[in-house]
Amino acid sequence: MSDVVVVDYGAGNTRSVCATLTSLGRRSVVTSSPADIADAPFVILPGVGSAKSAMAHLRATGADEALRQRFASDQPIVGICLGLQLALEHSDEDGGVKGLGLLPGRVVRLEEGRIPRLGWAIVEPWNEAFYFAHSYYAQSPAAVATSEGITVAVRQGSFFGVQFHPEKSGPAGREFLAQCL
Amino acid sequence: MPLKRLIPCLDVANGRVVKGVSFVNLRDMGDPVELAQHYSDGGADELVFLDITATPEGADTMTAVVARVADVLAIPFTVGGGVRTLADAQRIIESGADRVSINSAALANPDLITEIAHRFGSQAVVVAIDDGDGIVHTHGGRQATTTNTVAWAREAAERGAGEILLTSIRQDGQRTGFDLVMTEAVRNAVTIPVIASGGAGSAAHVAEALVVADAALVASIVHENPAGLAGLRREIMALGVALRPLKENA
Repeated sequence: MSDVVVVDYGAGNTRSVCATLTSLGRRSVVTSSPADIADAPFVILPGVGSAKSAMAHLRATGADEALRQRFASDQPIVGICLGLQLALEHSDEDGGVKGLGLLPGRVVRLEEGRIPRLGWAIVEPWNEAFYFAHSYYAQSPAAVATSEGITVAVRQGSFFGVQFHPEKSGPAGREFLAQCL
Repeated sequence: MPLKRLIPCLDVANGRVVKGVSFVNLRDMGDPVELAQHYSDGGADELVFLDITATPEGADTMTAVVARVADVLAIPFTVGGGVRTLADAQRIIESGADRVSINSAALANPDLITEIAHRFGSQAVVVAIDDGDGIVHTHGGRQATTTNTVAWAREAAERGAGEILLTSIRQDGQRTGFDLVMTEAVRNAVTIPVIASGGAGSAAHVAEALVVADAALVASIVHENPAGLAGLRREIMALGVALRPLKENA
């Protein structure tokens, strides 16, 4: 069994997440198998693609229920970007999508600045720059960090979600993932 | 708004980084992975790889380069050149690139912008525009179209582009500064970020471009002295532009 399961939902770039895990000395596997998600010591819900197709894929494979059970039994899950957004109750993306509902909150479209919000930005209170690429953001009572006034990290129970891409955030991102594991 | 970005651009031919003027006298600069790591260590915020050969036969070579880069690079990178179809974009992104840049293929088939954005998200599509006096050019800037640059930028954004990479063919390679007027005109016409390209000869040039644009593409100014990237960043910041504060090498 591998150390870390990176949940596959049929879109996007999981290669960089796995490369970062490898550099941290962790073995990883990309899968949507409910059994693997249930058993892994650590699960990462990564972050590229659309909310609608991601949720459809998670439902079709049964990964959604495995993630809920994992959360209910207090097993660690880290959500990255869309992975954070999927954990909430609802997303306004794609005309409205029901999320996993692990944490309270909803996902709404960014309104200020250039969209997509692309580039490095300081995250408070951690006082560290991370890389962002998103058009939607989380509104949740479980918020634990902000960047330029928006929520960029949520934490409750065994779920920790971040809006930025640690796997693309250089040494700061690598350190963040190392601390999560 | 996020911090302004400094983006080195590497030209790739047959799996190697090359340097040359207008595709002639190509000089081998080294292995893409090594150079990418070098620029990343020096504080590049992102990288752009441009496949300047971009032949169908070369596609596999480029895909292999992308995968090798993705396995070591911990900053985002964009790949351009040779992306003509959704399948091309998928091949590049699934090999580990964050975004693809499309240029003449988007002009020939604007639906391609929407298709890639729909599949991978807007942030994955950069539309590159080569501008000459307000008119879009193709074929490395040698051929004028009848398309207005600002109008095309606006259309690309409406069709789902996540960013515009605007190159001034007049300024490109001249090292006398960016075309600030056109950069500002394009940026005012869209609500997506804009990368200024063409003309960087000094930190002051880059700093003034970053007042107008969200990011600046640099090539020869850093390729001649890759170790100078960190210094260039410091100079730009001293001129009042906020770039990412660099973490000490962990």
